[in-house]
Amino acid sequence: MAKQVYYEDVEVGSEVTPLPKIATTRMLVQWAGASGDFNPLHYEEDFAKAMGVGAPIVHGALKRAWLGQLMTDWVGEEGKLKKLSCQYRGMDYPRKMKTMEEPHDGQTWWCKGKVTKKYEEGGQHIVECEIWVENGKGEKTTPGSALVALPARK
Amino acid sequence: MANGSLITDEMHKLVGKTLDTVVFKVEEGAIQRYAQAIGDPNPLFNDLDYAKSTKHGRLLAPPGFTGWPIKAGRPTEKLFAFLVKAGAPPRILDGGIEFEFIEPIGAGDVLTATSKIAKVTERETKLGKTMFTTAEVTYVNQKGNTVVRSWATIIQF
Repeated sequence: MAKQVYYEDVEVGSEVTPLPKIATTRMLVQWAGASGDFNPLHYEEDFAKAMGVGAPIVHGALKRAWLGQLMTDWVGEEGKLKKLSCQYRGMDYPRKMKTMEEPHDGQTWWCKGKVTKKYEEGGQHIVECEIWVENGKGEKTTPGSALVALPARK
Repeated sequence: MANGSLITDEMHKLVGKTLDTVVFKVEEGAIQRYAQAIGDPNPLFNDLDYAKSTKHGRLLAPPGFTGWPIKAGRPTEKLFAFLVKAGAPPRILDGGIEFEFIEPIGAGDVLTATSKIAKVTERETKLGKTMFTTAEVTYVNQKGNTVVRSWATIIQF
């Protein structure tokens, strides 16, 4: 993990360390098992077509979990994630698998964020961020926000 | 159902009522499988020995472990069932979620999840007449402390 970020290190506009992700059909199956979400929308071609989304789509909750990782990685063990929210706005389609382990070539998703506010409140050093998942075209399919407490040097 | 509204009187009556309570134990293996599925190598969520050596003293659950499906999938599933029974449209999309993380959740915790419908609204969207329901779930641990609250948006059309 990266070194600990401190309250004094960030300003409004500072970037949250970006996190790359590749959604694959394999990852969706693994997520279904781990999360207990067995909606066929995420693994069955015909069902997804009938639902009007064309092909199986990435679970919104998986993208939300990526955003959770974006923030817990950034705040480190001394920071605390206090609030996180996101909206599932755009559909994302996973890469299919070429071999047991390797996906076909295709897009990479990036989880990103930037600081929108920082202030002290009740003895805590609070930082608010705009966060999102963007697809290979740079479109924000999963916008959201986070509120964290960071450690301070002083 | 006045003026073709999707929201029936029965649905209005459901708002604010506790509709389900689920108790579940947070297991080490479930946390590890969840972290692996995301591709999150954070040792606090994966490495038993490391996690035990920290101030937390146990494997922690990643944020959102209490998200819609997790073993507590049931509270929100039951809300859908109530809504559909009350005449809501059958096609469902997950609109998004907001979490407030109050205390850490870790392996061995026994959580009681209580769910209710906080709000029901409707408006015309590109999907047609669309209903938005906010499902509020509160998670309380074995010590009686509220650890997480979440508000999920369910879209029905």
